[in-house]
Amino acid sequence: MTAYLLRRLLSVIPIALGVLLLTFLLFRIIGGNPAIRLAGKNATPEKIAQITRERGYDKPYFLNVENFPHQLFDAQFPRLVGRLLRGDFGESITTRQKVRDILVEGFWPSLCVTVPLFLLNLTLAIALALLAAYYRNTWVDRLLVVLSVMGMSVSSLVYIMVAQYWLAGEWGIFPVWGFEGPQYLLLPVLIGVVAGVGGSVRFYRTIVLDEMYQDYVRTARAKGVSPARILFSHVLRNALIPILTNVIIALPFLYTGSLLLESFFGIPGLGRMLVMAIPNGDEDVIYTETFLGSMLFVLANTLTDIAYAWADPRIRLR
Amino acid sequence: MSRVPDKPESLWAIAWRQLRRNRLAMLCLGILAVYAAVWFYAEGVFWTSRIRDSIPAYKIAHYDIRNQPPSREHWLGTNYAGKDNLLLVAQGTRIAFEIGLLTSLIVIPIGFVLGALAGYFGRRTDTVITYLFSVVGSIPDILLIIAIAYVVHGVVERSATMQTLTRFIDSGLLSVCVAMGFTGWVGLCRLIRGEYIKHRDRQYVLAARTLGVSHLGIMFRHIAPNVLHIVIINFSLRFPHLILTEVILSFLGVGIANEPSWGAIINDAKQRLWLGNWWELAGATAAMFFLILALNLFGDALRDALDPKLRSAD
Repeated sequence: MTAYLLRRLLSVIPIALGVLLLTFLLFRIIGGNPAIRLAGKNATPEKIAQITRERGYDKPYFLNVENFPHQLFDAQFPRLVGRLLRGDFGESITTRQKVRDILVEGFWPSLCVTVPLFLLNLTLAIALALLAAYYRNTWVDRLLVVLSVMGMSVSSLVYIMVAQYWLAGEWGIFPVWGFEGPQYLLLPVLIGVVAGVGGSVRFYRTIVLDEMYQDYVRTARAKGVSPARILFSHVLRNALIPILTNVIIALPFLYTGSLLLESFFGIPGLGRMLVMAIPNGDEDVIYTETFLGSMLFVLANTLTDIAYAWADPRIRLR
Repeated sequence: MSRVPDKPESLWAIAWRQLRRNRLAMLCLGILAVYAAVWFYAEGVFWTSRIRDSIPAYKIAHYDIRNQPPSREHWLGTNYAGKDNLLLVAQGTRIAFEIGLLTSLIVIPIGFVLGALAGYFGRRTDTVITYLFSVVGSIPDILLIIAIAYVVHGVVERSATMQTLTRFIDSGLLSVCVAMGFTGWVGLCRLIRGEYIKHRDRQYVLAARTLGVSHLGIMFRHIAPNVLHIVIINFSLRFPHLILTEVILSFLGVGIANEPSWGAIINDAKQRLWLGNWWELAGATAAMFFLILALNLFGDALRDALDPKLRSAD
């Protein structure tokens, strides 16, 4: 197990480097000199030159061969890697705030929205999926599937706009905007659950149904176990493994998942910061959020694999 | 005299027979046909105005009839500039189909070729390609799309060749499609790779190899027809996702700016909703709703018909 653990953890490194390289290529090389974007539309050439020098965009991309051997790594990509390893994510060009501080500030509000949203969505989706599977091929099942697909066919933006206008604005049931107390979270969470539950129900229903046609279910039924007992203590337990995988994989999206909700309801989380950073061309913010989001995904993936290996010894030997 | 058996029914014929029996799928197909008709109409309007170098009707502002609710003359009302909302939604249909097609022009070649190479050759090739899609797949979709769209926008603004290209394709449309194309191939690539791994040791492949067919010939002439249905299913289920993503990109300001895509209409409607102008939002939302619903349900039926093994056991 230790060997597997080590091997799996080490495999994170090349993926992380790949992500770094890809985002670097995108922002620095294909995107051209970022100084032009940073300086704004009416910048003088002097201003651009100054930013270029300050931020080191005039250095070579990968290796500084001219200054071999002392400053071989005095190039953009190695410096970026070094900076990120030290936990230095740069600073915002609009507010001059350190990106690290921005992240720390936005982390908590984001979690306040996404964690309840995620848990509610999960329980509701699994409950409905079990219901659909229990009544499979009856009108209950068909109704649930059709409703799920209908729910998936409306843009999440529309859910937000309509709920904010009617429920919060016209009828005044919820506060419209702000982050001053738990009641400000009610509507965003509610919208998130309604908008997301359709896709989840459909997905979990497939998983539960796949399990329902396994041999052990037939055996249990032949033994005379009651259908409810089969569903809850046999099927659900086995379906938990794929469900859990899906849950862990979804975890990193918690941190950007509420991109739209946060910006519509004025919740000062990571998603809203990203949304504000895009029109301003705030590269360090966009870059950092992209990179950290990917790293969380890779870590979550690794955790799932380790959990699998822990649960199923056959995987370790591969 | 023994009767020579007829030519066996092809997979496609069997699938079509099954689809024909599925009333819901046929209804969805009908809806899709209506949308396609609207698309052709909108494409016609767009290109006639392009060729004549005139301003198309949907872009002409009528300030005397601003913000009108649905009426007999304007079925979906008018917007802040007095443009007819129905015409705009019809153009949005065109944009949605263009996004679906252009993005697929990037997704399908990349996803199919890389998946085929990885699955067929295995070993080193597989390692490299798996690594590649693991890296791209690790970056949260929406973030990567935003990043690419943002960068492409910049490139289009600076480069002269790109400027000429944008005379034929809207620059926003181009960046949206490129962004979604270069993120969307991962899913297809995974599926195709899996299929090629299943097929590469089958007997017909072995037979072809013994007869001296080249690797490329086996991959694309012998195996490809057997995995083509995956591409079609994947397309019909990816299309709704593209339409929904475009709305979010519009909101984030990296979407289509000069043409009335559904995302652009919905975002335009955002402020006026608070003045009680619900019809702008309702038009585009309804148009999206029925298209996505039909695509999803038809995609499911198609999958059941073409690939019974993928079907959940019911």
